[in-house]
Amino acid sequence: MNENTISLEENITATERGSEGPAPAFGAPSVFTVRGLGVHYGGLPALRDVSLDVQPREITAIIGPSGCGKSTLIRCFNRMNDLIPGAEVSGEVLYHGEDIYAAGVDPVTVRRRIGMVFQRPNPFPKSVYDNVAFGARINGYKGDMDELVERSLRRAALWDEVKSKLRKSALALSGGQQQRLCIARAIAVEPDVILMDEPASALDPIATVRIEDLMQELKQEYSIVIVTHNMQQAARVSDRTAFLYTEVDEAAGQRWGILVEFGDTSDIFTRPRDKRTEDYVSGRFG
Amino acid sequence: MSEPVSPEALSTASSTRAERFRRERTRLGRRADTLFAGLTALAGLLVLIILAYMVLTTTNVALPVFRSQGLSFVTSATWRPADGQFGILAFVYGTLVTSAIALVIAVPLSLGVSLYLVEVAPRWLRGPVAYAVDLLAAVPSVVYGLWGVFVLLPLFLQPAAEFLSRTLGFIPIFAGPASGISYFGAGVVLAIMIVPIISSLSREVFRAVPVEDRHAAYALGATRWEMIRGAVLPRSRAGIVGATMLGLGRALGETIAVALLIGSRAEVGASILKPGYSIAALIANTFGEANPEGIRALVGAGVVLFAITIMINMAARMLVWRMVER
Repeated sequence: MNENTISLEENITATERGSEGPAPAFGAPSVFTVRGLGVHYGGLPALRDVSLDVQPREITAIIGPSGCGKSTLIRCFNRMNDLIPGAEVSGEVLYHGEDIYAAGVDPVTVRRRIGMVFQRPNPFPKSVYDNVAFGARINGYKGDMDELVERSLRRAALWDEVKSKLRKSALALSGGQQQRLCIARAIAVEPDVILMDEPASALDPIATVRIEDLMQELKQEYSIVIVTHNMQQAARVSDRTAFLYTEVDEAAGQRWGILVEFGDTSDIFTRPRDKRTEDYVSGRFG
Repeated sequence: MSEPVSPEALSTASSTRAERFRRERTRLGRRADTLFAGLTALAGLLVLIILAYMVLTTTNVALPVFRSQGLSFVTSATWRPADGQFGILAFVYGTLVTSAIALVIAVPLSLGVSLYLVEVAPRWLRGPVAYAVDLLAAVPSVVYGLWGVFVLLPLFLQPAAEFLSRTLGFIPIFAGPASGISYFGAGVVLAIMIVPIISSLSREVFRAVPVEDRHAAYALGATRWEMIRGAVLPRSRAGIVGATMLGLGRALGETIAVALLIGSRAEVGASILKPGYSIAALIANTFGEANPEGIRALVGAGVVLFAITIMINMAARMLVWRMVER
């Protein structure tokens, strides 16, 4: 998984994709540089040859039809795929230039820098306070815990709603509040990237709007990668969009996700270069 | 697709579709449903009836002894059937002490086993080890007792008891002279007997923790142990208490293995390294040669044992409720 093992072919693809994508802003090196990324589950391909860049303080959306590997892709950014037995990752994921899949890299350390919010709100069955403090505690946070909890909850736009019930069970909150609590919990570890895997798909429209507003706030300080099956959401919130699509090999009975197009969100939605992107964003399938 | 319709229904020109369906359901479905509901209600009721009948009849048999002994039946440690003195305090004490020792050893061990099987062990090893643990539950208790006396006693119980009294003898509960045939010996064998049930139940409890909870902890940079402490154990507390209670129930009532290892001495002693006695062992050992009044006293001891298990179970149930409420 170091540079030597990347084939020439993959290098060319990576260069091509790089030139196709939007040029990174000056003086702002990518948070993530993905080159020739592939994932296999139990020997079967799930994702092939993905190359893209995630820029700091931007929202990068990953869209595509069901089963195209969106979640698989976002889980490569914090090595959550390691938890799935039989998952194999090939290619490169550089985080600030460092290969997070290099030998000797501890996934636990990676995850402490890169926060994640999941599809279904999943607070621990503990108090609101203990949920937020959990990550900081296991990271050996030495500062004022009360202050950190308040700050994280404020940043997640939840403080005013829960300040009187910090000691109550987090499970008593509404779904939307639980999801913002999960965001506060992720923020409390002080990561610089937050990954969101369909964070609003289990929420009602009002709670969804609040999460989207919150993302715009968080963008000031964090880089955000979001998976969404909701194209309007991607168009509303993101700066750049990656469109994944499923390729099928009928003969072998296999299907896997590929990156079809990656670029500025406005380009993807108004001037897609690929026919499949155009069909998808215009709602012809998916 | 046509619905199967009875000939009568077809021939009755006036019957509407809805009526036909109603009639079919009357003939087949409703009767079967009623029958099923009745049978299950009967089964459920039968359990209650048997339970109530058992409590009433045993209490009734023991009533003369309860009357003649009064409160001293449970507060006195003097058990002299020939003199008509029946105080079961020593047996109650022995039952509680051996069960407590068993829990102290078995609960951490069982949780360790089940956490290993659910969270740590390689996949291919999980099935066989889990199966082996479950098999331990199927071994008859008399085998545990004999194995305890003939193998574990010389090999481990006696040396361990002597070691404990040598090193910790200054604490009253470990005071010598130490014997492997003691509360301690019986408690250790009980522990081995209840590990399978506790670990098998807590394994299911741990397995039921949603994968989302685990991922949430991992995504915050938790190590495996931090994930277990933060995500798995808090979700499992109520279930662990339940598993422990079932183990305790077995330990309180265990007869043969305890009778073989406890030493049958009716004393309330501070040291767990000395011989003692338990309610179940007393009943098993003396029932055969007891006089009529002694038999009533033994049944009374059984009633007390039953009351103890019920009280402990209710306390545990309350503990679980309070946990769930929080």
